[in-house]
Amino acid sequence: MEFLSDTVVLSRMQFALTAIFHMLWPVLSTGMAIYLVIVEGVWLKTRNPDYYYHARFWSKLYLLNFGVGVATGIPMEFQFGTNWAPFSEAVGNFFGSVIGFEASWAFMLEAAFLGIMVFGWERVHPIIHFISTILVATGANLSTLWILTASSWMQTPTGGEMVNGKFIVHDYFQAIFNPFMAVSVSHMFIATLETSLFVIGGISAWYILNNRQSAFFSKAFKIALAAAIAVAPLQIYIGHLSAEQVYYYQPSKLAAMEAQWDTIPGGQSANWSIVALPNEKAEKNDWEIAIPNGLGYILELKQKLSAPVRGLKEWKPEDRPHLVGLIYYSFRIMVGIGFLLAGLMLWSTLQWLRGKLSPENIAQQRWLMRAWIFAAPLGYIAVDSGWIVRCVGRQPWTVYGLLRTADSASHVPATNVLVSLIGFAVTYSILFIGYLYFGSRIIRRGPRLDLPMPGMETKPAVETTPGQFVPDERPVEAQQ
Amino acid sequence: METLTYFLPQVWFGILALFLFLYVMLDGFDLGVGILSLTASNEERRGILMTSLSNIWDANETWLVLMGGGLFGAFPLAYGTILNALYIPILLMVFGLIFRAVAFEFREQAKRKLFWNFAFGAGSFLAALGQGFALGGVLKGINVDQAGHFIGTTWDWLSWQTILVALTLIQGYVLIGSNYLIWKTTGELQETHYKTAKIAAVTTLIGAILITITTPIFYEYARERLFHRPLVYVFAAIPLLGVLLISLLIRSLFRKEERAPFIWTILLFLLTFIGLAMVVFPYIIPTQITIYEAAADPSALVFMIILIGALIPVMLFYNIYQYIVFRGKVTGGHYGE
Repeated sequence: MEFLSDTVVLSRMQFALTAIFHMLWPVLSTGMAIYLVIVEGVWLKTRNPDYYYHARFWSKLYLLNFGVGVATGIPMEFQFGTNWAPFSEAVGNFFGSVIGFEASWAFMLEAAFLGIMVFGWERVHPIIHFISTILVATGANLSTLWILTASSWMQTPTGGEMVNGKFIVHDYFQAIFNPFMAVSVSHMFIATLETSLFVIGGISAWYILNNRQSAFFSKAFKIALAAAIAVAPLQIYIGHLSAEQVYYYQPSKLAAMEAQWDTIPGGQSANWSIVALPNEKAEKNDWEIAIPNGLGYILELKQKLSAPVRGLKEWKPEDRPHLVGLIYYSFRIMVGIGFLLAGLMLWSTLQWLRGKLSPENIAQQRWLMRAWIFAAPLGYIAVDSGWIVRCVGRQPWTVYGLLRTADSASHVPATNVLVSLIGFAVTYSILFIGYLYFGSRIIRRGPRLDLPMPGMETKPAVETTPGQFVPDERPVEAQQ
Repeated sequence: METLTYFLPQVWFGILALFLFLYVMLDGFDLGVGILSLTASNEERRGILMTSLSNIWDANETWLVLMGGGLFGAFPLAYGTILNALYIPILLMVFGLIFRAVAFEFREQAKRKLFWNFAFGAGSFLAALGQGFALGGVLKGINVDQAGHFIGTTWDWLSWQTILVALTLIQGYVLIGSNYLIWKTTGELQETHYKTAKIAAVTTLIGAILITITTPIFYEYARERLFHRPLVYVFAAIPLLGVLLISLLIRSLFRKEERAPFIWTILLFLLTFIGLAMVVFPYIIPTQITIYEAAADPSALVFMIILIGALIPVMLFYNIYQYIVFRGKVTGGHYGE
């Protein structure tokens, strides 16, 4: 239990815990916000009340999710100062500014219009309400943009240089549009959409399977499926682009993702391992199962690699990522889920084309519905696995090649960090259980189909309920 | 260029002061209502209290996030050093805010509300306490080395002066929270908060007087600053104005006015703020690090003015719009739907 007295290790554990846990919530609040815009838009266009009730129902879950998102997001921001003060000082010029942009461009917009979106149905005109929903979605997705920009910059820091231990920016444009930025933002944007679609689809499938308002929820199911047809394959392609970038810019991370200890020279073919037992001490895999010639096909879509793939041994142990097994398997879990979801999408599309998803027939697709329920949490697992690959694979650097993790941590007594770490672990367990408990309660209650419709039709300005006749009870003499 | 290195940090000091003021004012009444909810006599009342905040609490809290982000970007050294030194108060605040935020959503869904009621009230109290200690800790000064890095110990921020600051801040939050409830509610609930407002006005006043007296006695930098001509006249005016505002506040409470108490309290907060800013400026960590030493690169400050500063009017506009949409009295205690 040596690590219990190591501030850096404890701070990393705390950051990992809070980041992995926090990540679960914005995924839904960015992806589902777009879905809410769609159903509300369809409602305004078609005036079909079902879509209005969809907007009302899902926004309840959205609000619950958002609450936990805010609660777990605040510790993330303050942690940079409390536990990573040297990092904050070194990169404040760029990284700190971007965190500020996230707050002002994104979070403020989302938080301010969320109130109107959830509670304002009877207070504002439907068009104003629709605009509010769009602004909530815009704010949430701008968060993705800025946070992924900051994170990408930590992976491929461009646009300036380190001067006396501080990053001085020469070109903000270059720093924002760093090499990883475009692909990382897209990868995360699509990930939030895909996760949310399978959550919405999975919850709808649960209702359909239980024969509760099947026709109503088949609408949500089909919106989710229609969007997934575009999103699931696209994500596989963007994921591929992302891996190519890692190959090019962060070869040590790629080596860890593949548990590749020895360099493969260019012009050769190499196996792609599916299962392996990496042994960091011996610098080899104790055993592995591999697809022959797979690596070349994965990286370049051809048998032979045109350039060498560097192995972990090319870096000194202190200059390369550790926890190779974690990175290796997280990567495989993420990729596996990506393909699984795409497969589920294909199966569902096939059934749709065969006419099996019509409101009358959909309830008979029992195995398909079960598969969707099973798939609902998978997106979250993929997202967190992806972040583990991205951030653990970046080690031993916080800012790749410029600032080491060991030099980034605050000098706080280890006991303090241990206590706060335990505090977070306990608190987040309560939040997680609470969310699942109350979230499932909202789902079990189901949508309320008796809510008043905010109409554009004019309401009478004065209530016209006939008043009751109250006889004058004063004595007759006083009635003049 | 030379003037730029002075001018830009000053602009950012002003912007951050604005963010902090908006936060203390808005989340101040928010946290104050939370603390007051601990004393609410029944579920219905507690429901109304929480309904009065349901649509605005997250936007209010965002000013803190914005303040944090702004401080991180504009004064990275101060951000690291202050948060590092105030590890415990900051985490108290963070845990308080976590419980408070989720209590909002969980309580509404829960059948047995007791735990989440407590989480909401206690979370609000803890957050206010953490903020009070953080403020007190910064005013007290932080032990740093030549490079401005924190070299003190874990409990440096704790002293009887910081306890005084923390308690006073909590009283201030309860005061503004009570006045917010006077504005937003009617009947018995309003009556109750006329009472709590009167009590809080007195306790806040006592705290403020004690801080005003003790600060120049115990903090040399404050003494030098306060009795330095010509500023001494300004500093003499602040307590006088403060007494005037408090008497106007108490008078409006006795006259049962509905909006005036809230407005007088905001002016009181503003006055306190100006006083504190004048004592502290140009330091960001008193007598150790000036805003010029802690500031980010001028180019970063300009970049942030373009991307954050320009948005301030827009943010203010839509925040005000949100208050307009939800104007009027809160009656129901059911805020979920």
